[in-house]
Amino acid sequence: MADRPIWKSGVTLAIIAAICTSLVALTWQLTAERIETNEKEWLERNLQPVLAGLFFDSLITESMLTIPPPHDLPGSGTAIIYRVYAGEAPAAALFVVSARDGYAGPIRLLIGVAMDGTVTGVRVLEHRETPGLGDRIETAKSDWVLQFDGRSLENPELGKWAIKGDNGAFDQLTGASVTPRAIIKAIKKTLIYFETQGDAIFVAVAEENE
Amino acid sequence: MTPEGLAERFKNGLWRDNPGLVQLLGLCPLLAVTATFVNGLGLGIATLAVLMASNALVSATRRWIQPEIRIPIYVLIIASLVTCIELIFKAYFPDLDRRLGIFIPLIVTNCAIVARAEVFASRNTVGSSILDGFVMGTGFALLLMAIGAFRELIGQGSLFSGMDLLFGGDPVRGIVLAESGWLLMVLPPGAFFSLALAIAAKNAIDRRHRDSQTSISRGARPLNR
Repeated sequence: MADRPIWKSGVTLAIIAAICTSLVALTWQLTAERIETNEKEWLERNLQPVLAGLFFDSLITESMLTIPPPHDLPGSGTAIIYRVYAGEAPAAALFVVSARDGYAGPIRLLIGVAMDGTVTGVRVLEHRETPGLGDRIETAKSDWVLQFDGRSLENPELGKWAIKGDNGAFDQLTGASVTPRAIIKAIKKTLIYFETQGDAIFVAVAEENE
Repeated sequence: MTPEGLAERFKNGLWRDNPGLVQLLGLCPLLAVTATFVNGLGLGIATLAVLMASNALVSATRRWIQPEIRIPIYVLIIASLVTCIELIFKAYFPDLDRRLGIFIPLIVTNCAIVARAEVFASRNTVGSSILDGFVMGTGFALLLMAIGAFRELIGQGSLFSGMDLLFGGDPVRGIVLAESGWLLMVLPPGAFFSLALAIAAKNAIDRRHRDSQTSISRGARPLNR
């Protein structure tokens, strides 16, 4: 007798959960395409500043390369690489990777690397960091992320790729040390990837995504 | 419902029982996003939509919900609705979504919504509950807009800037009255100041109203304070 209401409650809960889930699934199906287009549009708009000072004449989003996990880039999901050309010669590679150890979930980063291994620019695409503290990684809020422009694995040397508080070479953000650490680690890992496997990016052996 | 009843409901939601001003619910989004008018408007619309939809769903299912599992069910309903709204914002107002960031998903934790589900929607018909959601949501949205406009005006010296985030088109600078303002108002303390001023203003208006009414009924002149 006593267990009947519990059983009934469970069924009610399950039915309502199913209804709610299908509602979300339906909305997702209706909006997924538009969201993807928006993301692409936004990305194209934001790709330009990451390539500041670099000559290129190819359409960036047309040269997309998806690297499914497992890979040596930061993040556990699929990484995206855009190949940038000046005429026939490769000019740079743009990486869309995620720093997994942000303060509040992964931070999606766009990292531009020129052929000589220097960073052409870094932008934060998506994050959930604390407003007012960690969100100063956005260019709209502060210039913090611009300090990586022109850096490479020799400048500063590998051991100095950390915030100043950790005896590194980079400025920190007051009140947020987890966020900068995560980003610096991700950039370093991307640069190492570019140095060791960079040639393969421009040889179209990897799975091409049209 | 009689027109008088309807007017009474609106008076309650917009003024007497305003979720933000009087019930002091949903303060987290209220304080966090109202740095500009357009932010307030955007979050106001999102909250209004969630509130109406959640009231409708809670009211429609109220017959099958046993009291002991009502809270998980409300949370379930509200969370899915907020996810839907977030997807819709991402699809149609991507820039605004980026600006409001975490506060769209955080509508889930806006206790004004659970409060209306518990206090009103679980005991009333679907139509009445939707109206309640509309009235309460409008009251909340208007407060968000008022505080947003106030903080933007004093903090940045502009009004209605960035309306393109909601309505598309070229970037809008809005009505620019001064090139810069008192930055503190855009920062978190400004939100607390603005809310305090809004509550104080409401109480002052209420008191004056009450005073004048009592003095009229006594047939005496209002006291000069």
